[in-house]
Amino acid sequence: MTLLNAPAPARNDLDNRPPRRVGFSQRLGRWDVKFSPYLYISPFFLLFALIGAFPLVYTAYVSVHEWNLLGGQGEFVGLQNFTDVLGQPIFWKSVANTFSIFVLSAVPQLALAITIAALLDQNLRSATFWRMGVLVPYVVAPVAVSMIFGRMFADQYGLINAILGGIGFDPIGWHSDRLASHVAIATMVNFRWTGYNALILLAAMQAVPRELYEAAVIDGAGRLRQFFSVTVPQIRSTMVFVVITATIGGMQIFDEVRMFDALGMGGPSRNWMTTVLYLYDVAWGNQKNFGRAAAVAWLLFMLIVCIGLINFYLTTRIAAADGVRSSRRRRPKALLAQAPTGAGAPVPPSARPPSSPRPHPTPETDHTHGGEGR
Amino acid sequence: MTSVGVTAQTAGKSAARAAARRRDRGSRAARVASRRPGWVTYALLALILAISIFPLYYTLLLGSSTQQEISQRAVPQWLPDLSLFDQFATIVTTSQINFWKALANSLIISTTASLAVVLFSTLAGFAFAKLRFAWRRGLLVFVIATMAVPTQLGVIPLYILMTDLDWVGKLQAVIVPAMLCPFGVFWMTQYLSSALPYELVEAARVDGASMFRTFRSIALPAAAPAAAMLFLFWFVMQWTMFFWPSIVLSSQNPTLPLVVEALQGNYFTDYSLVMAGVFLITFPLLVIFAIAGKQLVAGIMTGAVKG
Repeated sequence: MTLLNAPAPARNDLDNRPPRRVGFSQRLGRWDVKFSPYLYISPFFLLFALIGAFPLVYTAYVSVHEWNLLGGQGEFVGLQNFTDVLGQPIFWKSVANTFSIFVLSAVPQLALAITIAALLDQNLRSATFWRMGVLVPYVVAPVAVSMIFGRMFADQYGLINAILGGIGFDPIGWHSDRLASHVAIATMVNFRWTGYNALILLAAMQAVPRELYEAAVIDGAGRLRQFFSVTVPQIRSTMVFVVITATIGGMQIFDEVRMFDALGMGGPSRNWMTTVLYLYDVAWGNQKNFGRAAAVAWLLFMLIVCIGLINFYLTTRIAAADGVRSSRRRRPKALLAQAPTGAGAPVPPSARPPSSPRPHPTPETDHTHGGEGR
Repeated sequence: MTSVGVTAQTAGKSAARAAARRRDRGSRAARVASRRPGWVTYALLALILAISIFPLYYTLLLGSSTQQEISQRAVPQWLPDLSLFDQFATIVTTSQINFWKALANSLIISTTASLAVVLFSTLAGFAFAKLRFAWRRGLLVFVIATMAVPTQLGVIPLYILMTDLDWVGKLQAVIVPAMLCPFGVFWMTQYLSSALPYELVEAARVDGASMFRTFRSIALPAAAPAAAMLFLFWFVMQWTMFFWPSIVLSSQNPTLPLVVEALQGNYFTDYSLVMAGVFLITFPLLVIFAIAGKQLVAGIMTGAVKG
């Protein structure tokens, strides 16, 4: 800012100045202009090469070799690891568990989040207080959430079963029944992420032009009608975004299932073992088989892409069916051309999925933002 | 009302009524759009708030009960008591748990990783938003594309890499991977391209500031609000992270989530102690949230997609 206040050279100074020599300092200045941008972006790209790109390529390499945690690299085995994994019933069980937990968490989570967002999207007194309130669970580590809910969902003397007993139901075997364990784990995921998603949806709702609501009121629309005919179509792209990130997060659930009981191996008959937990077990558990674990990683990746694509297709279809198609045609180059508060800047997608160290959305997420304009 | 009545008499009933209705509707619409919600909304929000907070409160309740009470009743008591502090003391002093070391580690990891992410993201964001260079757009698209790389895909090679570097069990094994945040670059680029006018950058250049001087005196102050939010996000992310640290770190050199795992493993019958531990690892983030929660909320909301 001080630079701005520096006095500008007077006009006649400029005229009387001696001709400039191209000296070393100026060459330095030119190099500065030329190379600085690359210097500034280089930390990211160097890190990406080391932490992002290299492991990516290397996973493929590991997956076609025999590879042991202790022994290291063995011989080339082609697709043997993949066929081995696909032949394991536990793998398939883990996939089914993952999918089941994902559906049980994503659907109520989105429904709840959108309801909460609608509640918050009113002219509230002390709005910030309520917004902070719904975000409290977000700062509770998934591990802690899992411990707390693991206790609340205890089969004996657990809070939930006590409540159920109080209103005349039989206790549920949250740790022994497969579906019940999935419900319990999905509840943990929902607890932590619903408020977060509600805020994202709230941001989208607040960007809906108020005139649309006024127009709807003049047309005689009630609260519900306004919500479904104005709000929902207007926040379509955000909903797609939330669903996609929830998918990616849901497919990578690890912390919650790992801590759901003290043994952390997905229950007595692997009833709640998810695929990432299976990967962990193959690599660092009993088998110590890195080759096979790498194959699991690739299979999981393909699964995420598939489900992500299906979700993307479904959400765009459903949301588009609600009408207001004009919103699809707005803002052509949405992806790069907007301000951070504009349509495309995402929530840290890396911050979204619950269980992985640096989880990321699949390509269709970005496609979503960019695609809004088409 | 009287004026409407007067108009009705002088200018013909139906026309005046229609006009009044139009006027009335217009103002009603504006009123409806901006009116304060009723008590039902607040009641529902209070319920949601209670559900958000109850698990933490329940943790305190269990933490201040004895193991025996927990194994007999779902809710041993309705108010936490002072025995909670005995449990805290046990966790903090038990040498097996390494609580202080874990706290220090969590602080070091979260702080350094977040600072690095903020610095690298601001540098790259400044370059992408305000400097001209070859392949700028292509490289930015590449950064965004890297957001799509799922990390669980790379966990095994990353572990092999850490073994080769002899970093397993050391903090840098967690810190270095946590420094990579494509979203941060993208976010800073977006923020700076709107928050920092080209004129300002050019003025600095005309005044003879070097590129780095321009970055330091012009871009860095302008980026401060976005940087603060990015820092908060990443700090929470790293603090709560479990999967990767549980793989590369040991119980000798843990982070706080690993302490809870150790508590459950070593003392899994003593839920009272485990719950006290759960609260202890959450508490620092709650404090930060109480101080900076407003910014975090604002960050999530500005970072969100506005349709």
